[in-house]
Amino acid sequence: MSDTHAQTVSFVRETMLPEAEPPVGNRGAILWMRENLFSGWFNILMTLVSLYVIWWALAHTMPWVFNGIWNAGSLTECREIRNATLGEGASAACWAVLGDRWQQLMFGFYPRELYWRPVLAFVIFLVAIAPVLFAGMPRRALWITALSPFVMFWLLWGGTAWFPVSIALGFVLGWAALRALAPIAGPLVAVIVAAALPIIYWFYTAGPLARELEQVVALRIEYVPSQDFGGFMLSFIIGIAGIILSLPLGILLALGRQSDLFIINKISVGFIEVIRGVPLIVWLFTASLLLNYFLPPGTNFDLMLRVIIMVTLFAAAYIAEVVRGGLAALPKGQYEAADALGLDYWKAMRLIILPQALKISIPGIVNTFIGLFKDTTLVVFIGLFDPIGLSNAIRASVEWNGIYWELFVFIGLLFFICCFSMSRYSLYLEKKLQRGHN
Amino acid sequence: MTDTTAARTIDRSHMQVSDEVAIEISNMNKWYGSFHVLRDIDLTVYQGERIVICGPSGSGKSTLIRCINRLEEHQSGRIVVDGTELSSDLKNIDKIRSEVGMCFQHFNLFPHLTILENCTLAPIWVRKTPKREAEEIAMHFLKKVKIPEQANKYPGQLSGGQQQRVAIARSLCMKPRIMLFDEPTSALDPEMIKEVLDTMIELAEEGMTMLCVTHEMGFARQVANRVIFMDQGQIVEQNEPEAFFMAPKSDRTKLFLSQILGH
Repeated sequence: MSDTHAQTVSFVRETMLPEAEPPVGNRGAILWMRENLFSGWFNILMTLVSLYVIWWALAHTMPWVFNGIWNAGSLTECREIRNATLGEGASAACWAVLGDRWQQLMFGFYPRELYWRPVLAFVIFLVAIAPVLFAGMPRRALWITALSPFVMFWLLWGGTAWFPVSIALGFVLGWAALRALAPIAGPLVAVIVAAALPIIYWFYTAGPLARELEQVVALRIEYVPSQDFGGFMLSFIIGIAGIILSLPLGILLALGRQSDLFIINKISVGFIEVIRGVPLIVWLFTASLLLNYFLPPGTNFDLMLRVIIMVTLFAAAYIAEVVRGGLAALPKGQYEAADALGLDYWKAMRLIILPQALKISIPGIVNTFIGLFKDTTLVVFIGLFDPIGLSNAIRASVEWNGIYWELFVFIGLLFFICCFSMSRYSLYLEKKLQRGHN
Repeated sequence: MTDTTAARTIDRSHMQVSDEVAIEISNMNKWYGSFHVLRDIDLTVYQGERIVICGPSGSGKSTLIRCINRLEEHQSGRIVVDGTELSSDLKNIDKIRSEVGMCFQHFNLFPHLTILENCTLAPIWVRKTPKREAEEIAMHFLKKVKIPEQANKYPGQLSGGQQQRVAIARSLCMKPRIMLFDEPTSALDPEMIKEVLDTMIELAEEGMTMLCVTHEMGFARQVANRVIFMDQGQIVEQNEPEAFFMAPKSDRTKLFLSQILGH
């Protein structure tokens, strides 16, 4: 051991070093490219190959997209214009079909002069959903949200306004029963009555009541039957209704599956496994063909309503499993702390467990929603005219016989916009709910 | 184990044990499956007592205090807390839980709520205290555990010691008559143990009835009026701290103390 080394063993830092910038070439865009694109001979090769593939794909599709013809009355006319301007056999899309048939793709066979109704319903939907999606909106705006389904229902289907009013009355009835009975008969009885009373009311009283009220004060707009619904309007109605209804049902099923109560637990497990184990298309056929056998004779259950119920149940089973994953991911200590503070089951779930479990489950829930929304195109197989069904109908016409890509690109693009926004929203929500580092 | 509380002198003027019974456990047994975790536990705790429960891991000490607020269910025997017997009656359980505060080894704060919301949640939803009043109470106790300035932060932004003090404040906001501590300092870095123990000592000085599962023998010596040693699900020895540490009677206790105080 030398003397110098012995000196360095004891060391005291007297001045702290200031932070310094990394050397040039080790920062910014140059660094990024060196690290991500050209970090070795193999990566340089892969970068060049990828660039070539991207260029090749764009070179083959972009002329088709941007040479597209927007003004024509039929596919033959499109081809003539193309041959005249771009030359025989040039690549050009015929976007004119969208201009000619966009109403059908959007609204199906909904009466043209009534298009304002679904458009207004959609605007109401956007307004109503805002306070749910974004914090910072006044809490009182949630009343609009609660009322909006009934207004939208009335706008879309029309008929007497008293019908949605009397349906809404059922909810008020249930809520009143819950409020009145909970203190005297205990929570269990109150919940059962609060669930049963509106159902009985809807089956027996709601319809006649609406008719009576209509006699007294007539409040009707033109009725549009479900058969006329179609296009993206149909996808939106089924998709949005399914999304909104399946979330609470899925959460209840997840809680049921975690429950210690034997019957509730087994019913939830059975429901989830059966619904999830059978393809959606089978359930849709069940909804369109078989369900009538089980309903009392004479009841005519609207096909769209049946489809919405099936899609909801199907998605709820998936949501339940996603939420169960979130519940299982919470440390046991959270349940214990809630218990130790004296919170009862529902309060503990609502205030402590679910807010955290749902936050963990956001990616899975949104994933299920996106799946549900795209699966609405399956209703084409039971004779509903969703956008795919309408593209078939459009192709069956003389003018547009033989047109494929343009319609599918358009439908695909609209679906992509919707699904991509949902995905972005879920990222936004995850970031917003970030709390410290755990 | 380091003696982290040595420097403090304790104000004993309010530390009085009354003859009012706070908790009475008689002949209590508990099994996990076929494993007999707690065997014939008899324990009477008087109002104002500070009891430290120690013992090797797996001796059932945590399970014992978790039975008192029914986080664990006992299978035979009686537990009476503040005059209410613990049975499967949910009403009694909720009543007892709102009278008995508990602090956990891993704090178990609610990470999605701010410190203030953590403290006001139970008073608002269980005691139906108006929000404004609950916040005042919460700030009072947060001042007491010396972190009022953290009220609007989230638990994830606090150190372990701060989190445990919040957990104590959260329990105190329910104005409990009894406090249970389940190894409150075991998950903490050494430098943070003292701040939590100081908070617990202050609580003891105010005359709170406390049951602490802990290995902080310095705390036991200074604050406890009774130390209980458990092994294999049984109470093996209990005594006043001085006698317990100076002249343990059972061989198991001697062995345990030599292991825990030996380094």
